[in-house]
Amino acid sequence: MPTSAIEVHNLTVSYNQRPVLWDVDFTLPEGKLIAIVGPNGSGKTTLLKSIMGLVPLSGGFARLFDQPLADVRSQVSYVPQRESVDWDFPARVKDVVLMGRYRPQNLLRRLTRLDREVADWALEQVRMKEFAQRQISQLSGGQQQRVFIARSLAQQANLYLMDEPFAGVDAASEKAILELLLQLKDRGKTLLIVHHDLNTVRQYFDWVVLMNTRLVAAGPVEEVFTEANLQAAYGGQLTVLAQVADRVQEGGFPVRKKEVKI
Amino acid sequence: MNSLLEFLSLSDPNVRMVVWGTTLLGASAGLVGVFTLLRKRALLGDAVAHSILPGVCLAFLVGHSKAPYVLLLGALVAGWLSLLSIDFLVRRTKLKADSVIGLVLSVFFGLGIWLLTSIQQSGVASQSGLDKFLFGKAASITSQDVSMFGWVVLAVVVILLLFYKGFKVLAFDEDYARAIGMPVRLLEFLLSTITVLSIAVGIQAVGVVLMASLLIAPAAAARFWTDRLSVMLLLAVGMGILAAWAGAFISFTAPSMPTGPWIVLALAALTVFSMLWAPRRGVLGRWLRQWRYARKIALENVKCIEDLVPTGRLDLKRRICRHRRKIRLFK
Repeated sequence: MPTSAIEVHNLTVSYNQRPVLWDVDFTLPEGKLIAIVGPNGSGKTTLLKSIMGLVPLSGGFARLFDQPLADVRSQVSYVPQRESVDWDFPARVKDVVLMGRYRPQNLLRRLTRLDREVADWALEQVRMKEFAQRQISQLSGGQQQRVFIARSLAQQANLYLMDEPFAGVDAASEKAILELLLQLKDRGKTLLIVHHDLNTVRQYFDWVVLMNTRLVAAGPVEEVFTEANLQAAYGGQLTVLAQVADRVQEGGFPVRKKEVKI
Repeated sequence: MNSLLEFLSLSDPNVRMVVWGTTLLGASAGLVGVFTLLRKRALLGDAVAHSILPGVCLAFLVGHSKAPYVLLLGALVAGWLSLLSIDFLVRRTKLKADSVIGLVLSVFFGLGIWLLTSIQQSGVASQSGLDKFLFGKAASITSQDVSMFGWVVLAVVVILLLFYKGFKVLAFDEDYARAIGMPVRLLEFLLSTITVLSIAVGIQAVGVVLMASLLIAPAAAARFWTDRLSVMLLLAVGMGILAAWAGAFISFTAPSMPTGPWIVLALAALTVFSMLWAPRRGVLGRWLRQWRYARKIALENVKCIEDLVPTGRLDLKRRICRHRRKIRLFK
């Protein structure tokens, strides 16, 4: 039984000789809700993509559940940024969620009744069942994000890598998405999530990976999400830092409760 | 009317060849065009069409033959080379895709024109007819061509049916397709191959210059009518075939009219028609909906004002009535 969900070693990625990720090294445990936090352009998205093998690595490697990605692909689900696709594509909500059932093994075969049932279930989970027949361009940002998450749920994976699932979504969607993430965690799944809102990190997440091209720190939120580490990650970006400092200065965060109040 | 019946009966063997040939071309171009459009590669189709010319000329020079399969092989190789060089240049240089496409298109096309001219001036007797690749010559489609087109369409349809799911997820979300382990390279290779094949046979009817419209117009027109990929594919095929028949019919009734350009014009007409009249995505439909909303709001406002006017002020009531009539006229 492996204990580490994600293990990253000396990971280095560069575009045109400019490093985007430099010597990133960490190990993340199973069953946690983990945030990747860092300023704009700090390589958060690239980190997810390099774990998924979507960008060429200049050095290092990533292992999932102590195995190379190719061996555990069916257990891993990736949710790209919502803006990365053209939502005017001729597809209905249902069609996109069904893509979560696509596998290299069933590429040449038709989807089964089971696949359809799983997709329906996934849509229900994100409370979008009544939108199943809706054209995807007619959805709000939050609804589009929920469709992406439903597609990911339909994969029935054990590890979820999500790129900014809370970016530009309405309050109702944020709440629904958070509830889902917590449910997944309760079922023992591991979730690694690129997050941009420092204010909610303590409230939502168990672990945090702080980075700025290099890794600043990775560990449980209480230990790692400190002023010194945030300074190191966001150094110089005073407006953000001021907010962060305020947060930290409030001091004595209440002991984190098991159930997050939403 | 008689000429229409005569045309539809396909009793004239020449007409039969032209009609079947262009029908097959329209169908395959419509099918692959949908994916070209959805992957935002419309210009790429144009580049491939132009780049095929030197391939055809070289195949003729090397093979000393105008047999359709020889020329098709040359076309396939040249089309592929152009795709590869575009891909390579976009990846390895700082040039943007549109500049690279423009560059590759003109270099290959220039090469093709040079080869074509030197072949024509070489005095080789069998060369006549090669220039049909430049502007297309649907009227010269032979039964040998038609059987080749048939095989191409069959290949396109079989590959699309087999790999439909893969192409769909590739066109919508390439990163996701990679993440779930889809053989993206294979899918891209297959999609490019059937695209190059369709273009290679299509230019025999409409020529290098007009080929891009045969590829893109059916898909663009179909997109207005549906929000489903499968329906869009069927509609694009339908539009391609309809335009092919229209072009063939026009050149049948007026023999001085060229078939290829008329196919393209028919496609343009279909596209404009769809753009205007498609119920939900069309311009007029949208306009009408907005107009109705505006009218509804205006009438509601008038009603609100009317409620505020004291009962004695008949003069004001009359003016409001006039105003309301004016709004109603906009129906």
